Amino acid sequence: MAAVMPQRRYLTWGSITLLLALSWVLPESGLLNPYVVQILMYVGINMILTLALNLVNGYMGEFSVGHAGFMAVGAYMSSILTVWVIPPALSFWAFPAVLVAGGLAAAATGLVVAFPSFRTRGDYLAIVTLAFNMIVKSVLENLEILGGPRGFLGMPRLTSLPWVTAWVLLTLYLCRNLVYSNFGRGLMAIREDEVAANLTSVDTRKIKMYAFLISAFFTGVAGGLFAHLLQFINPRSFSILKSTDMLVMVYLGGIGSLTGSLLGATIFTLLLELLRPLGLWRWVVGPLLLVLLMIFRPRGIMGLKESKWFIPRFGAGSRRS
Amino acid sequence: MLQVLGQNVLNALQLGSVYALIALGYAMVYGILTMINFAHGDIFMVGAYLSLAAAVFLLGLPFKAPLPFVFVGALLFSMFLTALLGVTVERLAYRPLRQAPRVSAVITALGVGLFLENFTLAMLGPQPRHFPGLIPMQPWNIFGLTLTPLQVLIILLAALLMVLLDLLIRRTLLGMAMRAISYNRPIVPLMGVPVDRVISLTFAVGSAIAAAGGLLYGLAYPVLDPYMGIRIGWWAFIAAVVGGIGNIRGAMLGGYILGFVEIFTPVLLPASTYRDFVAFSLLLLLLVFKPTGLLGRPMFERV
Amino acid sequence: MAAMLSIEELTHHFDGLCAVADFSLTVEPGELVGLIGPNGAGKTTIFNLITGVFRISQGRIFFEGQDITRWPSYRITAAGIARTFQNIRLFKDLSVLDNVRLGGFARHGYNIWQALLHSRGFRREEQAWLRQAYELLERFNLTRYADTVARHLPYGEQRRVEMARALISGPRLLLLDEPAAGMNDAESQALIQLIRDMQRDFGLTIILIEHQMRVVMDLCQRVKVLDFGMTIASGPPREVQHDPAVLEAYLGKDGALAE
Repeated sequence: MAAVMPQRRYLTWGSITLLLALSWVLPESGLLNPYVVQILMYVGINMILTLALNLVNGYMGEFSVGHAGFMAVGAYMSSILTVWVIPPALSFWAFPAVLVAGGLAAAATGLVVAFPSFRTRGDYLAIVTLAFNMIVKSVLENLEILGGPRGFLGMPRLTSLPWVTAWVLLTLYLCRNLVYSNFGRGLMAIREDEVAANLTSVDTRKIKMYAFLISAFFTGVAGGLFAHLLQFINPRSFSILKSTDMLVMVYLGGIGSLTGSLLGATIFTLLLELLRPLGLWRWVVGPLLLVLLMIFRPRGIMGLKESKWFIPRFGAGSRRS
Repeated sequence: MLQVLGQNVLNALQLGSVYALIALGYAMVYGILTMINFAHGDIFMVGAYLSLAAAVFLLGLPFKAPLPFVFVGALLFSMFLTALLGVTVERLAYRPLRQAPRVSAVITALGVGLFLENFTLAMLGPQPRHFPGLIPMQPWNIFGLTLTPLQVLIILLAALLMVLLDLLIRRTLLGMAMRAISYNRPIVPLMGVPVDRVISLTFAVGSAIAAAGGLLYGLAYPVLDPYMGIRIGWWAFIAAVVGGIGNIRGAMLGGYILGFVEIFTPVLLPASTYRDFVAFSLLLLLLVFKPTGLLGRPMFERV
Repeated sequence: MAAMLSIEELTHHFDGLCAVADFSLTVEPGELVGLIGPNGAGKTTIFNLITGVFRISQGRIFFEGQDITRWPSYRITAAGIARTFQNIRLFKDLSVLDNVRLGGFARHGYNIWQALLHSRGFRREEQAWLRQAYELLERFNLTRYADTVARHLPYGEQRRVEMARALISGPRLLLLDEPAAGMNDAESQALIQLIRDMQRDFGLTIILIEHQMRVVMDLCQRVKVLDFGMTIASGPPREVQHDPAVLEAYLGKDGALAE
């Protein structure tokens, strides 16, 4: 076994380098047309959203229907920074910090949901997250200084494929580390049986707090990437429909699975593009496919399964069901 | 001043009646299946469109149909077809998921809702439809208050439907079966209750009532669009939660409360755009401090 | 030397129904105390009160001199009281290994940043606990099930996983809730031996709820008998067995005390 390890290590680092290099070279050289690059960026942003939501909905087993609220906070926060605060000359270099700031702002609002989660769970917590989403949207609609319902614009187009790729890799790495640690096992214990988790010394409050903060952080980062790709955001982009999209990606790919999150985001994004010729009917076929998926595979494609690639060697505890 | 207040109370009762009718559907389904039927708002939307279709058809008959006849015809037609839709949705989309993880059913409901919205949109196009007036509009003046026949009709008909439903649930065998299932699903089949049929009927009744709400809403706010079910649905859903989700009388109470919130927000705050904010903040506070809603009972965890 | 556990005048109601009335118990280090009584006598409720599952409204509980009456469950467990459950509560979709490792949750010293960044300290500790978990699996004869999802395990093995999960938390007091339920004679004989070994090797104090009188007779130095929440007898098992109040409480039952 020990001999396998360095090999796998080289392979991992090799593929990371290759991915980053490709994400830079391919668009630069014009080998990929801008439309495809655009789609790939959406895939990446959706991957981050799905990984983040899966922490709460898949691993912890709570049901957040309001993650678009976190995304909105991240998007608006980072946009405010690049439009009003940071001089244009610096904005390219400040972009990672801007995204982190957006993520931190989202994480701070994550507390709004984390505290109620100590007392309520299940459907009631779902409703709390829903209310959170609606409140964020409503506040943004009433903040005239941020453009109100018309939205906020003027952001430079800072989001590029290499940035998106780097953030996807970072999110994936940190989520993996979290999931395969004591904290990750605590998350899953909450999903399986919260009372028993408490009785096996899991500090469920702390775990819930971490889960919501980390999940909200990455969702906020994705919001920042989204805002600086579109260069225009308005409150409607972060309605419950956006949250629903995220849910679909999580449950399509599979709950409690990193591989599933990546798959779910990819399939969902590409499928919507492929169905584009259908026009309005695209939005009819999509939900129909979702319902069929739920009926025939209620846990998603990779539900509770994981590709070996993502499981740290020493912490191996495979989860097959 | 008092007149403005009185007028607003009337408006709130009118709107609250519609919310209450829709909230009932959420509460009934939650009570019996502990499932949030997120598609219910869109069932209401379909109900409104079906009433519109029936009304337009009946008004277009070669002989001049009397308005009360058109109203009743549209009401019965849309209640019946919407009930059928509710039953079909349950049969095709929810029933296969009874044994599946509960979130799958919720996701499915979201999917069904999106499907209904977008299907309607794809079929009818995005332009809003106008609802013909069926009820005479000339207002009565009582103590300085303006009262339209429509307002009276909405408030009374909604109240009547709610009383009937309450009787159905408390006094009939079907109601007893519903309550039994919501109390303890595993043992009820052992007592000879046809669970599947009772659940179907629950969906039928809930959808029919939502259709009645759709017609009344169409008459009061006569512009229909395929996405109307989203906002109304969410508000009715909050109403159901505020009252104590799964509790029928709570849903009615919640409906009226939400009607008051919506009407009185612009009275007390600078703009009506704050109404979502107010409603959802209230909901959030309520859930934090009284998680089971106003009339709901707490659930116990057994060890 | 202070008592390991002392429960003072504990009373608990459910919806006005008295589940536990004026219950007191002092357990010295190294003891093995039995808690018996007909179904619904309030035995499991007492475990739930000790471990903080239910909020205590009347009475106090001290563990090793500390007042733990108002502590949340996870803190009580971390302080050294572990338990098993009457109707097995494993994390059903997690592997046996993860179930056991979860028992040691509070003993993991690394913080969230170390975990996120895979620090050296994190890796060292994770490895150490992995080894510890495997040692316990070995002891309970579960090694080959390490990667099996808990729900697929046979019943008896599930009970052993629960014990391993309880032991890895490093308890000084162990609460066993009907460990012999559903076991035949040979199995409960093996269980008696297992409990003895555990108590010796881990230096445990044990409170045992059990219906199988043979297990109680063999293991416990003294027992408390409950009926409708009230303590109706206490003392060495042989004496309690012939107590008229106890016989009456069990009358009409399956003659459990008659052996």
